Amino acid sequence: MNDTPAVASAMARSYKYGFVTPIESDTIPQGLDEEVIRLISFKKQEPEFMLEWRLAAYRLWLEMTEPNWSSVRYPPIDYQGISYYSAPVGNPGTVALEDVDPALLATYEKLGIPLDERLTLAGVAVDAVFDSVSVATTHQKKLAEMGILFCSMSEALQKHGALVHRYLGSVVPPEDNFFAALNAAVFSDGTFCYIPPGVRCPMELSTYFRINAARTGQFERTLIIADEYSQVGYLEGCSAPQRDRNQLHAAVVELIAMEGAEIAYSTVQNWYPGDAEGRGGIYNFVTKRGECRGDHSRISWTQVETGSAITWKYPSVILRGAGSSGRFHSVALTNHHQQADTGTKMIHIGPNTSSTILSKGISAGHGHNAYRGLVKVLPGASGARNHSQCDSLLLGEHCSAHTHPYLEVKNHSARVEHEATTSRISEDQLFYCRQRGLSNEEAVSLIVNGFCQEVLRELPMEFSVEARKLLAVSLEGSVG
Amino acid sequence: MNILEISNLHVAVMDKPILRGLELELKPGEVHAIMGPNGSGKSTLANLLAGREECQVTAGSVFYQGENLLVMAPEERAGKGLFLGFQNPVELPGISNVRLLKEAFNARQRHRGLPAMDALAFRDHLDQRSKRLGLSGEWLLRPVNVGFSGGEKKRNELLQMMVLEPRLAILDEIDSGLDIDALALVAEGINAMRDAQRSMLLITHYPRLLDLVHPDHVHVLMEGRIILSGGMALAQDLEKQGYGWLEEVAT
Ligand SMILES: Nc1ncnc2c1ncn2[C@@H]1O[C@H](COP(=O)(O)OP(=O)(O)OP(=O)(O)O)[C@@H](O)[C@H]1O
Ligand SMILES: [Mg+2]
Repeated sequence: MNDTPAVASAMARSYKYGFVTPIESDTIPQGLDEEVIRLISFKKQEPEFMLEWRLAAYRLWLEMTEPNWSSVRYPPIDYQGISYYSAPVGNPGTVALEDVDPALLATYEKLGIPLDERLTLAGVAVDAVFDSVSVATTHQKKLAEMGILFCSMSEALQKHGALVHRYLGSVVPPEDNFFAALNAAVFSDGTFCYIPPGVRCPMELSTYFRINAARTGQFERTLIIADEYSQVGYLEGCSAPQRDRNQLHAAVVELIAMEGAEIAYSTVQNWYPGDAEGRGGIYNFVTKRGECRGDHSRISWTQVETGSAITWKYPSVILRGAGSSGRFHSVALTNHHQQADTGTKMIHIGPNTSSTILSKGISAGHGHNAYRGLVKVLPGASGARNHSQCDSLLLGEHCSAHTHPYLEVKNHSARVEHEATTSRISEDQLFYCRQRGLSNEEAVSLIVNGFCQEVLRELPMEFSVEARKLLAVSLEGSVG
Repeated sequence: MNILEISNLHVAVMDKPILRGLELELKPGEVHAIMGPNGSGKSTLANLLAGREECQVTAGSVFYQGENLLVMAPEERAGKGLFLGFQNPVELPGISNVRLLKEAFNARQRHRGLPAMDALAFRDHLDQRSKRLGLSGEWLLRPVNVGFSGGEKKRNELLQMMVLEPRLAILDEIDSGLDIDALALVAEGINAMRDAQRSMLLITHYPRLLDLVHPDHVHVLMEGRIILSGGMALAQDLEKQGYGWLEEVAT
């Protein structure tokens, strides 16, 4: 299954979001020190507490070392060789949609995310983040009528400072890990959502992240708060130009569900994966965590990870409220030289909490795919239940898949189950599909789709269609 | 022109010779039945015709509608209208029947240079055929062959054949595992598909299906070749006497 040059170029062509928008940017010089942090905070005209918070995080970060416990391998990152802030000139940020630079609107349209409210997918509101800043947020007025706050983090800091102050870092504190500390110090934008008590959000909220500028990092922060008995579905998408140099994306996402509230967070991750030889691509080092703070609250993470040169993320749930539940549904596909080390942590604190983990890893080419998951049941979590299922599918001879389940159970009444399978795509299945007229590639793609079906069906309809297509494209060049 | 023309075919599986000098000719519109003891190579013949890699041709030739079949990829054979109903259809977890049928149907359209059929028209095309086989709408949403009973798998193979409307249908033991009513439905389905252009090769152990379908020819496959051919009477004789009496003919 060696990739021929023809296959490699087909793969390179198949990343259809690899274009660059020629737009003038306000990019600060590369390098990181306290001055840079002050500059970011100043540019964003943040309240005083934010600057203090950032600086404290930065000082923590200086003392920390980059984690090396995961299975991913990459050359040392030069943190002084990155620009920490890049925004399109005339930084639109909080301007009205009509005033957004047409070149930016065109970019999002090309990505399939029209920002014109008349053209957007029915039932989806979008916050569009371009490099370091949010450039537009749709449907804000309609949502505001119901008391729902949906805006960029910059806008939230200015208009809802107290709310942000109360919750920011309460789930992922800066000291949590190296990348979380870095993010806290330099994050430039992201999305803020607040759903008031008893409100069912009438549309899916979403953020589309686009990296455009070269030699920049993207450090965004998302904070979603679902107040008592409210409900919200949130979707995150992303892409980046095709470049030979690696770029760092280190985001933090925090979810907070109060009593009886429900948050369903879905990600379709399609950062540029690098070329067939493993040159370029995004390093996606992300900390995502939700806290079921109130009783009977629910948080679910659904992710389809097909992009990035390296994916390092463990969307987790802290199950604090009694009877709360957490779910993690994941598809991670690695082709060519992509590496993924992903999984979840389910921390059972409250009684009768439950969690479900369903992970589907697909490795092709020289891809490396690891599931790493922790299920922790604390002494107070009587009657806690967990079910974990981790399935790996291998395509070809040079790829690998590993499963690392960690269990820490400190309550005897807890019931924890773990199942894992590793399989290869079977010749019988391939032959059956080809006998029905499908090409080898179509057959592989169909079988992989079937393998992921239980996860894909968790996604909202339009996005599951997108995810299917993405899986097919990501598999190109994987069958000899 | 013959639909299928097999001459002096020798096939080995894992270096073990299975077919040794098989000859067979199918004309448009003809239905042929192949019978033969377990392990005689009936499925090997079917798999070889569909393009299974494990079946190595060591001598002989196969022409399909005048073209050398042996150089074609499996999907190319399918695209040109060759269909195999498998003796043991494989499970495809997570893929619904309707999804596979739609993809297969669109692959066929593409091969014929036709646009994909729109969703509603395809649904009609499918519903007419699934109703005829007593397969419900809900059943179409189930993953292909997963947890199907033996008889359901066979009906599913026939449904795929009816949806894809092949030129040559090879049905490997489509009648095994069927209850009496299902056998009647399957036979009806086969008869409904018969026309002057379409040929069929039915592999079976029992004359019951053949009584309902009336094949034009019945062949006995033994010792790696067709040792005897006849009509329905031959099938009846085999039912009564088994294959023992043929051993002399074979040697
Ligand atoms: N993959 C394989 N490896 C080794 N031997 C094989 C393989 N496939 C088939 N065979 C052998 O080839 C011979 C012919 O098998 P085949 O399945 O064609 O028989 P058949 O006539 O269809 O039998 P049945 O009536 O039981 O379906 C058998 O002896 C079988 O064991
Ligand atoms: Mg057989």
